[in-house]
Amino acid sequence: MSGAHDAREGQERGYSPDEMMSIAAARELRDGVVCFVGIGLPSEAANLARRTHAPNCMLVYESGTLGAKPDVLPLSIGDGVLAEKADSVVSVPEIFNYWLQAGRIDVGFLGAAQIDRYGNLNTTVIGDYRRPRVRLPGAGGAPEIAASAGEVIVILRHRRRAFVERLDFITSVGHYRGGESRKELGYTGAGPVAVITDLGILRPDPETRELTLSALHPGVSVEQVREQTGWELRVSGELEVSEPPTGRELEVLRALRAATREAMKEAAG
Amino acid sequence: MDKLTSLNEAVSELVRDGDSVALEGFTHLIPTAAAHEIIRQKKRDLTLIRMTPDLIYDQLIGMGCARKLVFSWGGNPGVGSLHRFRDAVENGWPQPLEIEEHSHAGMANRYVAGASGLPFAVLRGYKGTDLPEVTATVAPIRCPFTGEELMAVPALNPDVAVIHAQQADRRGNVIIWGISGIQKEAALSARRVIVTVEEVVESFEPEPFHVVIPSVAVDAVCEVPGGAYPSYAYGYYERDNAFYEAWDGISRDRERFRGWMERHVLGVRDFEEHLRSISKEEVIKA
Repeated sequence: MSGAHDAREGQERGYSPDEMMSIAAARELRDGVVCFVGIGLPSEAANLARRTHAPNCMLVYESGTLGAKPDVLPLSIGDGVLAEKADSVVSVPEIFNYWLQAGRIDVGFLGAAQIDRYGNLNTTVIGDYRRPRVRLPGAGGAPEIAASAGEVIVILRHRRRAFVERLDFITSVGHYRGGESRKELGYTGAGPVAVITDLGILRPDPETRELTLSALHPGVSVEQVREQTGWELRVSGELEVSEPPTGRELEVLRALRAATREAMKEAAG
Repeated sequence: MDKLTSLNEAVSELVRDGDSVALEGFTHLIPTAAAHEIIRQKKRDLTLIRMTPDLIYDQLIGMGCARKLVFSWGGNPGVGSLHRFRDAVENGWPQPLEIEEHSHAGMANRYVAGASGLPFAVLRGYKGTDLPEVTATVAPIRCPFTGEELMAVPALNPDVAVIHAQQADRRGNVIIWGISGIQKEAALSARRVIVTVEEVVESFEPEPFHVVIPSVAVDAVCEVPGGAYPSYAYGYYERDNAFYEAWDGISRDRERFRGWMERHVLGVRDFEEHLRSISKEEVIKA
């Protein structure tokens, strides 16, 4: 219906499109990097990476936690579970000034409501700014993560209403208008290197910086991705198919989700 | 006045109609009790300032206390939208709400400039985004030494800052531990400061990652156990995630919201009574 690839197909494969997305995103994180993590999908993927192939990743959350090692996924950006075993907890200005702006973050991990062909992101409004159809939460830490992290990984579900020809509002800059235009803004970070969705992976063209379909998840067709993309999607000449999740990746991801649900229930109980 | 006082007295003396008020807290230590007292005392025309306006700003906005909101991320953390905030922005209910919107880095640096007694702060951000087009308080500035073009944002100096902390001593020194967010900067940038605390103690024990705000920077200290509920106070109680989820339903409908506020905030004397009233009435389903 709304065009995630067929759910039944995923079940036959033994995993869901969402699980494939989180696992594909986790794989993008190299061990040992310093990673600035947004809440929700980015946090799940980063913690999966830390529990599988990247145990030495340093996770940084904008609430001020450096080297967070949460046992369960935090529901919000400032949960106590982030401070508990952190290497340090610093103030919000320190996180943004000394860590992010000064270039100490290797990878920024972001979600978004809308994305365009150059990886620019909208988390502010749908519709006109003065008379919005939907007022979204706003910028938060995203504009400066997008600006100053060494590189940026974006994770969001692939839907036509999210992958748009034109953003209603540019909250965070990706490759701006393509080519060298991002660099001309004076930003030190390289911008988005990968956009991970539940259908596949998009990467910027080295010259034009336009997001190009570079991998499909198993069982997904190019047509399915095109149908869910609001611009004329370019496809890489060397289109790959993602490795399906390994047993261990699925096991760790499901255990993390189960522990998180359990902790929520206990807190509510 | 004596620094140790009741919350009722502190809000009545230090918060005035038309003030700019920053009730800060970054998921941790949200000053809910103080927000309720401001609502009960029917303060009006406030300019509310906060990096992460959440449930208490939804309540203040929905109850008609606010004229303007200065912020960088307005949502129900981990749940979704703030429905009263959205209703004010999208439909002007219960009254139009002017917004001044920044990024977290911009807001954090605005507090730092305010606390430093400087007129503005400088950062590398905002360029290429649509924020400078809709927010008048962002402007380009050139570095006089390197020529680099950066962005300037004006200092924040709220009339009143309100924060919640774990402890104060009898002289009014305040200690926070765990995630301390932007509370120190908010307090030091403000003209008047109210701190609610879980507990007044004889002397402080060192705690991990603690921050102390000396009493000279504080005007009123009010002991309000549980005063950050439904957020958490590290070392005292955990975040009530179920309440944040329940708020989505309570706040979605104008009448249900009003009814809830009348029963559990306007209709009680203080925060202790509020906590009793919501536990008795199965707040989640109210």
